[in-house]
Formats: sequence, C-alpha cells, structure tokens
Amino acid sequence: MKELTCIVCPRGCRLTIDDELNVTGNFCPRGAQYAKDELTNPKRMITSFVRVKNRKDTVCSVKTSCSVPKGKIFDVMNEIAKVGVDAPTHIGDVVIKDVLGTGADIIITKNID
Amino acid sequence: MYDVIIIGAGVTGAMIARKLARFNLSIALLEKENDVGNITSNANSAIIHSGYDPVPGTLKAKLNVLGNSMFDQIADELDVHFKRIGSMTIATSDEQLETLKELKKRSELNGVPTELLSKEQALELEPNLTSDTKGALLAPTAGIIDPFNLVVHAVENAVDNGVKLFLDQAVVDIEYQNSVFSVKTTKDTYQGKVVINAAGLHSDEIAKMIEPIDWSLTPRKGEYFVLDHYKLGLVNHTIFPLPSAKGKGVLVSLTSSNNYIVGPSSEPIQDKDDASTDAPTLAEIRRQATELVPSIPFNQVIRVFSGVRPTPSTHDFIIGFAKSNEHFINVAGIESPGLVSSPAIAEYVVDNFVSKLFNLEEKKDFNPRVRRYHRLNELSEEDRNALIKQNPEYGKIICSCEKVSLGEIKDLLARSVPPTTVKGVKRRCRAGFGKCQGGFCSPMVTMLLAEHFHVSPTAIKWDKDDSEILVEEVKVL
Amino acid sequence: MRKRDLVIIGGGSAGMAAAIEAKKNGIDDILILEKDSVLGGILNQCIHNGFGLTEFKEELTGPEYLSRFAEQVKELGIEYKLDSLVLSITRDKLVTYSNAVDGVVTLEAKAIIFATGCYERSPGAIQLSGDRVSGIITAGTAQKYLNIHGYLAGKRIVILGSGDIGLIMARRMTLEGAKVLCVSELMPYSNGLNRNIAQCLNDYNIPLYLSRSVLRVEGKGRVEKVVLAAVDDKMKFIPGTEMEFECDTLLLSVGLIPYVSLLDNIDVKMSSTRGAMVNDQLETEVPGIFACGNCLHVHDVVDFVTDEGRDAGRSAARYILGEVKKTIKIKVNPGNGIGYVIPQYIETDLNHDITFKFRVRKPIKDVFVNFESNGEVFHKVIKPVLIPSEMVMIKVSKDKLANIKGEEISLYLEERK
Repeated sequence: MKELTCIVCPRGCRLTIDDELNVTGNFCPRGAQYAKDELTNPKRMITSFVRVKNRKDTVCSVKTSCSVPKGKIFDVMNEIAKVGVDAPTHIGDVVIKDVLGTGADIIITKNID
Repeated sequence: MYDVIIIGAGVTGAMIARKLARFNLSIALLEKENDVGNITSNANSAIIHSGYDPVPGTLKAKLNVLGNSMFDQIADELDVHFKRIGSMTIATSDEQLETLKELKKRSELNGVPTELLSKEQALELEPNLTSDTKGALLAPTAGIIDPFNLVVHAVENAVDNGVKLFLDQAVVDIEYQNSVFSVKTTKDTYQGKVVINAAGLHSDEIAKMIEPIDWSLTPRKGEYFVLDHYKLGLVNHTIFPLPSAKGKGVLVSLTSSNNYIVGPSSEPIQDKDDASTDAPTLAEIRRQATELVPSIPFNQVIRVFSGVRPTPSTHDFIIGFAKSNEHFINVAGIESPGLVSSPAIAEYVVDNFVSKLFNLEEKKDFNPRVRRYHRLNELSEEDRNALIKQNPEYGKIICSCEKVSLGEIKDLLARSVPPTTVKGVKRRCRAGFGKCQGGFCSPMVTMLLAEHFHVSPTAIKWDKDDSEILVEEVKVL
Repeated sequence: MRKRDLVIIGGGSAGMAAAIEAKKNGIDDILILEKDSVLGGILNQCIHNGFGLTEFKEELTGPEYLSRFAEQVKELGIEYKLDSLVLSITRDKLVTYSNAVDGVVTLEAKAIIFATGCYERSPGAIQLSGDRVSGIITAGTAQKYLNIHGYLAGKRIVILGSGDIGLIMARRMTLEGAKVLCVSELMPYSNGLNRNIAQCLNDYNIPLYLSRSVLRVEGKGRVEKVVLAAVDDKMKFIPGTEMEFECDTLLLSVGLIPYVSLLDNIDVKMSSTRGAMVNDQLETEVPGIFACGNCLHVHDVVDFVTDEGRDAGRSAARYILGEVKKTIKIKVNPGNGIGYVIPQYIETDLNHDITFKFRVRKPIKDVFVNFESNGEVFHKVIKPVLIPSEMVMIKVSKDKLANIKGEEISLYLEERK
C-alpha cells in the first residue's frame, strides 16, 4: 500500500494504491490513472520560459505539450535553456519538437505582441 | 587641493557643506556609503524638536532651539515636507504632573514656548490619548520633516553650488604635513587645508586619526514601527511620554508623509552597523506606546526598522578644533536632537571655527534653492495635466501604493545627487514606501535603474555594498 | 465630464470576466482600467499550469488562461486602457485615473466594479526579526523577476510560509537552478493546496517544517543565514529548537491581502477579509460599487475568481438597467469555526439561490455546516474535511432561504458525533 496526493486538480485527493494497482480515495477516474502512472511511470508537465531575443530582459513562457517522465525533468530544462524566440510570439507555437524523444513538444504559452 | 574637506554626508555634513557652499571655498564632501544621509540620518524619528527638553546652557539646548527656528526657511528653500504640528508630552500620574511643571520651567529657560494643558484640554486636542492622561505640555513649534530628502536636497543644493561629492569612499587614514591634510580613502587621496569631521557613528575613529581623544561614542539603537497612511487623526501631534535617563522615550507621531511612526527603543549596542530589529524589543515599544495611545492599529504596520545614533560620553554635542590641530574640526556625538540642530550646527561651525581659518566672502551667484520637485500626487488635476502634456512619463504611474510616476523617478535620475539603488529611489520619491513595500514596483525600479546606468539588473543594489537584488540571469543565450 | 455606464478597475481575471458578463447582459458602455501594460493581471507571471479545470475542463498555464478572456474582451469590443492607474474614486462614483496618453482624467460612472486583486504581506508587516538586508523578498515579486524578466532573486533559498505562491516558487526556482533548502510554516498545517505540496516540494525533496518560523535573519549586505525555531501553540518560540540555514535568500509567502486602498480612502465598510463588505449582489455599502475576485477575498483557484467576476458583472448590469430592488436587509454572521462568509448581507430578496463562500479557521474533519436563523437550522451540509487553505462554496436554494426569519443568519460548524 502506498499513499499519494493526487496532483491532477486543485482538489488534491489523498489516494491509496495497493500492489495490484487498486486505487481508493480518488474523486474522479483521472485520479486512479494518476496513481497507477505514479507507481509505474511517473510523469510531470514542465513549465518554464525561453528568452525573447529581440526584447531586453524579457522572457516568454513555455510548457511541455504533454507530461514527460519525472526522471527527465532537468534534462528537458537543459534543452529549453538552449533556445530563444523572437517576439511576436503566439500561444501554441512549437519551440522544440519532440524534446529528447519524449514525445512532448515545447510550446509557447504566452502571446507577446 | 580643497579648502575644506568634510567627512560624512549625513545631515550634519550636508548642512555644513551647504552652509559653506555660499562662500568662496573649494569643498569636498566625502561619504563612505553609496548614498547621502543613509545611516543615522536615514533612520530616526524625523521630529523637528521644539527644544524644551535639553539641559539649559548646553550646546544641545542652544542649537536645538536655534535650529528649530530655521526650518521654515530651510524646508522652503530645499523643497522638503515640513509641518509644525506641535508636540505634546503626556503625564499619566500626579507625580508626572509635577515633572511636567519642571519641564515647563526648563522650556522657559531654553526660550521655547510651551503651554501646560489640563486633561480636558489635552483630550480635546488628542481624543485618542489614554484616559489616564492627567495633563500635557504642548510645544507648538515642534514639527515633522521628511528626513531623507532633507539630506538629499541639502547635498544637492551644495553640489549645485560647487561642492564636490564623493560617494563610496570610506576614510582610512589622515596625514597632516606642511599645513596640508592628506585624507586617504578606500579609493583615492584628497588634499585639503581644513578637515571637518562629521562622520557620525564613526567620528570617534576619524578624530583618532589626528590625536588621542578624551571622549567616546556609544552606538545606541532605536527600533520603530511605521504604519500605513491609515486614517488621519489617530494623533495630530507628536506624542511623547515624560523623558527619562534613556532619552525622550517612545513617541507616537504623524509623519510628514501622513504615515504614523511609533518608537524608538533605546539600547546601547556593540556593533555600529547593527541595524537589526527584534520581536521582544518591538513588543516592548508596542506596550509603551499603547499606554499613551491605546488604539494604535498595529495591523496597519508596513515596516519596522532601527536606527543607530552616536551617544557621546560628554552628554553634549562635541564641536570644536582638535586639541592639537586648529585646522581639524570635530563635529561629533550628534545624537538627538541632531536633525533639528543640524542647520544651527552648520552655522555654529562656520561662525566659530571656519571663519577663523579663512577670509570668508559670500559668492554672488549662490542659489539657496533646489530646482523644484514635481510631486504629482500633490498637484491639482490641471497642473498634473500640464506637466503630462510636456512629458507623458508623468502620466505613467510606477508605484501604485504611493502613486509615483515614471517621470518623477526619471527626474531624480537627472539630478546632481541621483539615486543609484532601489532604496535610494524609495527614500527620495516614496516609490516602494506604501502598503506593498515595493512588492509591485521594485522590479520596475530595478529594471529602470539598470537601463539608466547601462548595467545588468544583477548589478542593481537594494542598498549598501553586497546588497544586489538579483543573483543570476537565467538562460543567457 | 465624460460619463460611463460601467468602469471596471483592474483588467485581471476578475475584471475581464466582469466586463464580458456585463456586456453579455446588455451594457455596452464599459471601460476597463488596467495599471499594467497588458491585460491579465498577476496571471501573466503565473506561468505554471493548473488553471482552467473548472472553466475549460483542461489544464492551462496562467498566460494561456488569461489569453482566452483577453481575446473575448477584444472580440466583444470592450474598451480597455492599459498603463492606467486609478488615483481615486468618490462615493458619487467619480473615477480619476492617470496614464501617459490621456493624462489625468475624471469620469462619472453609473457603476464601478473593483477587481484590483491583492498584494503580498511584506516583511515589515510580519515584523520579521534580524538584519534588514537584501535577499528578503516576497514570492510574487521573485516570481515577476523570474517569469517576466528572467532573473533569479536567489540561489540558496529558505521559504517562510507555505502559501501556494511560495510552494509554486519553490519548484520554479529549483527548476531554474536554485537550491531551496526548506519551507517553514508557522502554523501546524500548510496553507497551500495538497497537490502543490506533492508536486512542488515532495517531487524535489524539499522539506516542509510545520510550527516553525524565522527567529532571525543575519547578514551584512545580503542574507547570509536564516535561523528557524519551533513555536508552541501560543506561537512563542521554543528555546533550543533553532535550525540554522546558510543561504542568500528568504522568500516570503506569508499571506495575501485585498488591495483596496481606494475603497479605504472613501471609508467603505470593510470585513475581516480586509476586503469590502458586500451583499448578495457583491455590492459594497455604496450603491453601484461592486467588488469581486481577490480584492474581495483571496481565492485559491482562479476559476472561482472568474466566476465571481461574472457575478459582479451581472449584478452591475442589473444595477445599471435598474433591475435590482432591495427589499430586505439580513446580516450573515460567521459563527463557530468560520473565519469569514461572503456575502455579509442579503439585501435583494430571498427569491433566488445564493452561494455562500467561506473559510474555516482551522482544519477540521467530519462536520456539519449549519445555516441558522432565529435559532433554527434551515440548511445543513455534511463535510468530511475542511481546511483553511480551501475556500468552501455552498449554494443554498431559494426554497431553503424562504425559511429565514428575522434580520440575521449565521453559519457555523457542528461536529458530527
């Protein structure tokens, strides 16, 4: 048995999961899936920013298009640190495609005119 | 070679520099900090005391009373907020009432107008005083001032009239040979015919560079609360308890910016640089203050701070030539009432000492006024708009708590004693002085300073050396 | 003097939602005054995800969430002015603002909606002990430096306060290269959401110390050391429990306070939230002045801010169109275990459902939330767990409200046996 706090939504359910991957304490099915993933292949969304090359002291926020393996968080951060963008930027623009083969793209989350 | 080198750009050095700037002298003003008036002059009660309280016959008594009388003109010339709101010293027992009568006599000896008030009269002027009030001594000439800009503007005025200001230069040694002083600082050496030691907490160390001294200074710390603007009328005067051996006691006062100040404590300390605050001391201040004004809204506190002042072993200001050198003038031990006395100290130093060393002639082009400051918040809508029309930056507000515009900050940066730090901006125009304490505006001010000085934002300091705000630029490409 | 139907002060989540809703309810003459140079308010710097689950059924970052509303504002043709700070208002609803283009302008509004957000409690406000040096910074300010400008305000960090911004910044700063040594919380429980403790602290092995606070800060120019100590149940430090951390930064996440000096200045009645007291229309005691979002009470989820903004927009529209009649005045009192309740008054009538929003004073399990009038409970809800960091919303139907007698009701907690 393992106890977890669900991070899927602000509700933050207290989950328990046993060795057969039976989940209790979840309010919604996504919580059950989260608990199973957490035991087998924990994943996280990453949010960060990239430099805006043509604006002084300005950065533009980005995120991974889907969760990436928890163990790769800092590797992905290193990749994000290598790139910059030029303003204007648009939400959804892809900055890095399939970062480190995770299947996740790094995409822009902020419109800068 | 300078005629006069002044060490220390606190309020004392600033006032002396400004006073001397009217004469045909070349003057250097040396300051160890990166801004003027940044130590004792920066952290005090900001009261222009009436002068009823110092022991009659002392320099403190004489210069306080004279200094007080000079402030209407000074505040006008230097464009500094100053209001004579009067002080009230409160007696809360019959025994204290007797002491109040003695203080009344003392005030008469010092030549200070005061009035004894009954409980009813006192409560009518100050309805929030404790119901234990037995009577009060009203001193109508006492006032409140903006202590930050008093010093900044005095130095600015001195510089505008020819004084050379050197910041970030601590004096490390002084030599005297062939009637010339060589004042060695952390950066350079300055030669001068006369040295004035106005080094505040460090004036004992400076004096010892010339000769052994028979006086000493004890650093004494006072902690304070600052309350938000809140509502006017909590107190209308500066409210004092009866003075004691430790000083004037914990006061409650309106400030020149319509905040309220409560403090100070008064504790001798070892380390001159120790400007820390601590919870037990603040709790004691709170206890004492609420004995006088029970309804102080401490949930409106926006800041706590402490100031350190140099208490002299002589119990009086130490002003005079060094014993062994009649070209070296000590102006030391300037604790309370130093702020109010400062213009009188400057006059006293010039009349009694500097005038003996030079044939002083007033310059024809001396201008006693600083260039007028635009404080948008205090202007009518019409005047504001006229200004914004000339320069739209006066329309863009940077500090939303204190309503300070970009134009006002840019104006500061274009003056002769510009701020270089975020605190320097705050002290001058109040950006960051309000309820959020710079939470919202300090990033804008930091970026603005970096742009103005063509440096990385990581080089911008909050205050003193090693006080940079940002440690690293992230993801430099 | 230029007249306006509706002036909305603040173009963040609450203000934008209010504007959109007012427009949809028949008000065309709307002006949003925003002090920043973009719409969206504080969400611009909240680049983490977790927003929009209620509103859009998907998880968005702050800038993505705000852009959906900013686009609606633009599509609906709602007028807004950026870099425009409101200097003052009057009880007659004159609004004076300043910007670089218009200068200082006074408008006469039929209705005003306050959506000015909140500010962070400062080191001075908590009377932090120790040296007054650089490196003591509030979490939101550090967030702005990092997420807007790209600068770290510290490399070795102790965080005081376990509010959500502090937790979020623990992760943000860790990801961007800083070392967060610990989070210290004065209370015996965290003030942040559980998920944030899990994903911002536990994921990065950052310890959370409860019932501990900063005894003192030491340093010359900048923070060099932070000393924590345990506190007893009276919040007094316990000698001998000191823990020293060599660090360069103390990050504060010690509370948010509604930013409403403009209302303070005209003596609008304030509540214990330090926001204005409002009625069931989110209207302050000044008719036609409404408040919503974090300037009314601090929310933990932005989706609820948006929702409240919409309520205020609808109320203001009805007010402007003359559709609201005040027929009653019932005071809503927070009772046992309740910190505050919004609304504080019911003033229109009892013929509509009302959602009561409140926070509990301390964590509690297995309770009834009772709504009582005249000694009788007219509505009762079971709650398995309630914690102060979560705002609770309970909708009471008009059928239940019809049982209210007298001029006061109260909300209180009752433990289930």
